[in-house]
Amino acid sequence: MTGLVVIQPGPLTLVQDLGRPGLAHLGVGASGAMDRSALALGNRLVGNTSLAAGLEILIGGVELRAAEALWLAVTGAWGSVTIGGRAVPQNTPTQINAGETITWETATHGIRYYLAVRGGIEAPRVLGSRSRDTLAQLGPAPLAAGDVLRVGAECSGPVPLVDLVPVDAPPDGPVTIEVRPGPRRDWFSREAWSRLCGGEWRVSPRSDRSGIRLDGRVLERTERRELPSEGMLSGAIQVSPDGAPTILAVDHPVTGGYPVIAVVTDDSLDALAQLRPGQIIMVRLATGRG
Amino acid sequence: MKVLPFGERALLAEFASLTQTMAAFQAFSAARVPGIVELIPAATTVLAQIDPTRLSLRAAEQWLSDTYARATRSNTVRVGEALSVTIPVRYDGPDLASVALLLGVSIDELVSRHSQAHWQCAFIGFAPGFAYLASTEADFNLPRRETSRTSVAPGSVGLAGEFTGIYPRNSPGGWQLIGATDVTLWDEARDPPAAITPGMIVRFEVVTP
Repeated sequence: MTGLVVIQPGPLTLVQDLGRPGLAHLGVGASGAMDRSALALGNRLVGNTSLAAGLEILIGGVELRAAEALWLAVTGAWGSVTIGGRAVPQNTPTQINAGETITWETATHGIRYYLAVRGGIEAPRVLGSRSRDTLAQLGPAPLAAGDVLRVGAECSGPVPLVDLVPVDAPPDGPVTIEVRPGPRRDWFSREAWSRLCGGEWRVSPRSDRSGIRLDGRVLERTERRELPSEGMLSGAIQVSPDGAPTILAVDHPVTGGYPVIAVVTDDSLDALAQLRPGQIIMVRLATGRG
Repeated sequence: MKVLPFGERALLAEFASLTQTMAAFQAFSAARVPGIVELIPAATTVLAQIDPTRLSLRAAEQWLSDTYARATRSNTVRVGEALSVTIPVRYDGPDLASVALLLGVSIDELVSRHSQAHWQCAFIGFAPGFAYLASTEADFNLPRRETSRTSVAPGSVGLAGEFTGIYPRNSPGGWQLIGATDVTLWDEARDPPAAITPGMIVRFEVVTP
């Protein structure tokens, strides 16, 4: 047997690559790794192309057994990751031997680990991507015990000679998320805008790959009419009728009927993937030219 | 047309009516330039997602205005140029009688209005391949069901608001179901995976159950 055998799948472990952008007019969202830079770093560390698929591991509680010797790298969230009892350093190419198991404990910083395997995770592409879209239910099903993950051949070169990439752990304290105005900013009072961009927000435990819900104060609408559904993008901050904002994440519905007050900048998007329930975020208006 | 901001990677073009929106979407799609990543039509808007490394927001806004102005001037978007598809339907849905009652017409009248109208796909939303079909001829305006069904079979033909639509896959749903088709609306192995795409003309053909 080759590849990786799933012993413990954890609460939600998904195959992810860069997603399937460009199909929203057919009702298919982009999906893809929520922390794109963590997946990209993992692929780079094991000499993969940027198109190789890896695993997105929510929280931890995962155990995989290698059926063959493999190069791998763990990026994204920080926590205890071990191979046969020895610690796997974060953001570093590591070898696993045939028969050894790799185990992820609960993440202590951030919430989504990424596993890159040299050659990439092999799975049938659906509409050009191996990503699991949890909302549209497209792509490979979430990992289950007993699954065998095959390894592909998406290498771009040798495993690079690096000991360690200095990447900080995802922050536990307040995270600043930059935004620019959305199409329905004028549907809200001036106070609502300064509340959004002034105060602190708490990440709701009801957050997932479709959206990060924020608990805090109410964003009051001045425009009361109903909004016909309109196109949505990752990072759009929708406000539901009760005044609570939700930042749409990678598996968001392609259209939505709640007004978008602001949109998160591209640079701030990846940070959303590592927000833990209860964590504080501060939303700030991005400065400089867009 | 009004162009609204949508962060640093998109612009939202807003129109006065569904008809204008559909015409604009056709025009934008036909005149697409590099740097336009996605064009997402909806009821009164088209969202243009932009790759800012290839097209600036300012240039994209200019392109939207110019393209729309040109389309309005020359009236180039004609229904006759659109792709069309005929969907055979068994009009035996669980809400057929109650919908006829709501509209104050007989079941036969409802079926003939639905099957004789030319429908056009305005946009896709709710689920992959779920086409919102609009018609100026059918004149329906129906509420969604008060309680939505937890499971609607693929191929179910429904009505909601001014739209008709066909469930491409098994899903929950609140539309009023008037019939069903055996046509495969969504197939991931097909290109495009959706049988009905925005702009396409759709006719329904009565088949006896």
